Amino acid sequence: MTERSATTAPLLGVTDLEVHFHPRAGLWRRPAGAVRAVDGISFTVRAAETFALVGESGCGKSTTGYAVLGMIRPTAGRVDFLGADLTRLDRVALRHAQRDMQIIFQDPFSSLDPKMQIGMSIGEPLRARGILTGAALARRVVELLDLVGLRAEHARRYPHEFSGGQRQRIVIARALALQPKLIVCDEPVSALDVSIRSQILNLLMRLQRELGIAYLFISHDLAVVRHVSDRVAVMYLGHIVEEAPTERLFAAPAHPYTQALLSAILLPDPAAQRARRAIILQGDLPSPAAPPSGCVFRTRCAMAQGLCAEQKPALRELASGHRVACHFV
Amino acid sequence: MTPAAPLLEVRDLSVAIGDVPVVDAVDFSIRPGETLALVGESGCGKSLAARAIMGLLPPVARRRAGTIALDGRDIARLDETAIGRLRGDAMSMIFQEPVASLDPLMTVGAQIIEALRAHRRASRSEAVTTALAMLQEVGIADGARRMAQYPFELSGGMCQRVMIAIALICRPRLLIADEPTTALDVTIQAQILALLKRLRAETGTGLLLITHDMGVVADMADRMCVMYAGRIVEEGDVFALFRQQHHPYTKLLLRSLPPLDGERGRRLSTIDGMVPDLHSWPSGCRFNPRCPIADDTCRRERPPLAEIGASARRAACWHQDRLAEIEAR
Repeated sequence: MTERSATTAPLLGVTDLEVHFHPRAGLWRRPAGAVRAVDGISFTVRAAETFALVGESGCGKSTTGYAVLGMIRPTAGRVDFLGADLTRLDRVALRHAQRDMQIIFQDPFSSLDPKMQIGMSIGEPLRARGILTGAALARRVVELLDLVGLRAEHARRYPHEFSGGQRQRIVIARALALQPKLIVCDEPVSALDVSIRSQILNLLMRLQRELGIAYLFISHDLAVVRHVSDRVAVMYLGHIVEEAPTERLFAAPAHPYTQALLSAILLPDPAAQRARRAIILQGDLPSPAAPPSGCVFRTRCAMAQGLCAEQKPALRELASGHRVACHFV
Repeated sequence: MTPAAPLLEVRDLSVAIGDVPVVDAVDFSIRPGETLALVGESGCGKSLAARAIMGLLPPVARRRAGTIALDGRDIARLDETAIGRLRGDAMSMIFQEPVASLDPLMTVGAQIIEALRAHRRASRSEAVTTALAMLQEVGIADGARRMAQYPFELSGGMCQRVMIAIALICRPRLLIADEPTTALDVTIQAQILALLKRLRAETGTGLLLITHDMGVVADMADRMCVMYAGRIVEEGDVFALFRQQHHPYTKLLLRSLPPLDGERGRRLSTIDGMVPDLHSWPSGCRFNPRCPIADDTCRRERPPLAEIGASARRAACWHQDRLAEIEAR
């Protein structure tokens, strides 16, 4: 949302992260092949910046977010946050580190306890950790409500009394309670009505400016991602295939998958939209349980050649901050 | 362009759930081969209006008034047997959730053949031949193999192709597509929209497209009707309407979308308040509580959907001359 110098030390460093699931199948629950949900990705998020993970369903973007937060134990790799590798911490130390990271989910309806007054929900993280109680807690809840554009008297109401947009504000207020340095935003506006989305995006951008929070922004909506993010990584089948500063990624996408993805954005402007040509990819996403050999995108890539099946392309730097994993770029 | 006789003409359609008119005196028409988009947010009545045409209203909803003429014949008062003869033959519908819309216990082939034989006399082998040709048309190359599969064995995009094959097997004059790509990934959406465009051009089928996505409208539609809280608030040619809006809701909604070429991180335009609950729809113009130029007239009296000059534009606003006052807010 604001440009930061590249020299700022990263707040979050993810290195060679792998998350493999081992579903069991059949009557005897035999282990089936591993699902390589996230298969060796690395990226950093700097303080107060927005780093977006984009991609289609099954690409591993949400799983990456959960692994960063310690909600899923990775199979391999490091998650360095504020100087500690979270994957090596015991439960107590992990819980302490998690104070500084929060998550906002897509669905504000299932993220709130329907039987709890929303003031209680918002104060819960502070109460559970014994940070504030009584009148001080109540004052902090009012501050948090104000911060997200709700009023003090809302504290005594229940989730069902609020619209989807207001509920997302409540969820954001709760996420802010512990003054986190990083918030994982998992499709934060996808479930909201179009006329409400811009309110919530403005709120997230304002909170970042005022509080210096970093966002790991997970979304399939490329127009939203372009508007709010500083840097973007494109995921496909558990891999990062391209990463670049936002302007550069949208102006000069290098990976064939990124090119197809961006060409499929529908502009809300008939003249401009009909002058564009979408690159139509053939076929469906392969299963992450049986990913293609070599380059994971090769089965749908118009440029694929023999080498692509044999050798996995490394993510290499094209220009400062612009990395791409393709043999032919 | 000489206006052909309408393929579909909906007049004064009202649908109620209990006492609430969830579709409230709605008029629109589609010419042969034309694509009309019915656009709006959740709860605006667009899907119920479409289901009323098909005679597929859910049990809680009732058609209260209005005529629905298909090729000049009023079909609103037909009994279930008579409308069943039209459904899947003269008119068909595809839905947002392609996997859930197919019968999970029948093979793909059996479902396509059933759709054909419900309306056409065909021997088993003739039906198989027709079904295979239809699968080819919707871009499924290995049709014989797919025919033997069950829906759960197919991806979402493949299921939507099968739905389209079922919908088009009897060559309907009218196809209703209710959010046909909303549940699909971006690259699969591009495939399905390209398919619908090709089939539309080849068959001359009129298309009623129900969507909340202005990008889909800009890409696909000839004309559009914007719905808000059960009513059409604006109608017009897609190019003209995106260029200039005559209703504050449409104007504000289009302005609130994140641009793909504008300044990143800038505050987005918003619409105040929330989409009204259908049990508390405001009197007068239903957009008045959220409208920056509303006055007492708007709160009291329903604005008629009035023609604008000699154009084919209509808008329901008392203050069309004051739309310039709505600045970026």
